Amino acid sequence: MSWRMETACFGEWGHDMPIVSRGFHGRARETRHRLPPGQYETTDFPVLSAGPTPRVNPDEWEFTIRTETGTRHSWNWAEFTALPSQTPTVDLHCVTKWSKFDTEWQGVSLDVLLEDVETSADYALVHSYGDYTTNVPLEDLLDGKAWIAYRYDGEELAPEHGGPARLLVPHLYFWKSAKWVQRIQLLDEDERGFWENIGYHDYGDPWREQRYQGD
Amino acid sequence: MARAAVSGRLGDRLRWTTARLTDRRIESDAARTLVFEVPGWPGHLAGQHVDVRLTAEDGYSTQRSYSLASAPDGESVELTVQRVDDGEVSPYLTDELAVDDVVELRGPVGGWFVWRPEQKEPILLVGGGSGLVPLMAMIRMRRAVGSRTPFRLVYVVRSPEYQLFVSDLRGDDPGLDKTYLYTRSTPAEWPRPPGRFTASELSNAGWPPDFEPTCYVCGSTGFVETAAGLLVALGHQPGRIRTERFGSSG
Repeated sequence: MSWRMETACFGEWGHDMPIVSRGFHGRARETRHRLPPGQYETTDFPVLSAGPTPRVNPDEWEFTIRTETGTRHSWNWAEFTALPSQTPTVDLHCVTKWSKFDTEWQGVSLDVLLEDVETSADYALVHSYGDYTTNVPLEDLLDGKAWIAYRYDGEELAPEHGGPARLLVPHLYFWKSAKWVQRIQLLDEDERGFWENIGYHDYGDPWREQRYQGD
Repeated sequence: MARAAVSGRLGDRLRWTTARLTDRRIESDAARTLVFEVPGWPGHLAGQHVDVRLTAEDGYSTQRSYSLASAPDGESVELTVQRVDDGEVSPYLTDELAVDDVVELRGPVGGWFVWRPEQKEPILLVGGGSGLVPLMAMIRMRRAVGSRTPFRLVYVVRSPEYQLFVSDLRGDDPGLDKTYLYTRSTPAEWPRPPGRFTASELSNAGWPPDFEPTCYVCGSTGFVETAAGLLVALGHQPGRIRTERFGSSG
């Protein structure tokens, strides 16, 4: 689906300067500084996923980090929820254009989960129950930037929003925050996930509007 | 004509381009089909979408994604947009945008919720409300390439006033079976009373799971959760069910 005109320089047929739409006014003036380019604010919590919602029983749930050398670190539900947790309040930005402000989560920081993991990997490929994958540089999971979240808005995380637990990495487009997270594979080389393989951006910074490959 | 132009090349930038409105058609009380001329359009796959960008005079700019409704047809691209009354963008597109006005557009985007004519397995399309749009693109693509792949469409809609593509779907598409399920009110003399759709209706109107159809489900989040859940319960493999959800993207 990637495509462009074969223009040799900027600003001819394909252009990056927006043109004004006659009679369009728009909204969102007061929150505009919190909206990355092209986004709009919603107060709903829309759902985006590629297939049916997997139903994962916490009794059978296990979360694993596997290093580039094959060492495994696993937690069952009781072990995982006994770890020290945090309650981040974050803005979410979905590549389908909605943004939602001040969402409240509870989860375990990846700093805690990776504390005893010996690795020199630079990349992570996140796997979900139901075969979804997404790639994230390892440094984007560290230093208080990412959590495995299991409560949202004071409630257990609902299955359609990724329960029992999902990755939360809010500084990237929300598809990177893999629902129904099952394991994280640490890798020396970047490996594309599900959406990244069909044209979505490898990194996905909303403030640089990295929606698709090549953005 | 229906030449799939998705090269799979990665790394090339999808660029914004200017699309000029050449025609508009009324599809229902709240939905309009907008026909754009997009110079250099490379073609698309049935089920893909485009991003539309609108910019106000003060520089404020916002975007929405819309499914392509048409099969590839040169530089002509059709979007069918449902008006969300308190929306920021859809009322502008359905009510304000006039022929010869321009918007910015980039695409085509998306490689998962697509039907390719090379697929030989039976197809089940399950659409709720305006979720019919990308499924209609698949039906039109099937027609355009003369495919005889067996298709079944289950369209769940509130009432006849909300029904999309009525006359287009009245035509004869050999091998396409259509089932309409109305949830609030029906046309006159309709045999089924209005109401929620059930597992047995979906089972009767669809394919047995051992035929291994690919199922495409599109609609609101609630609709997709229900329909995809019923298909799994009926025995369809989750990996054969592709979903796309329409948020209330005003």
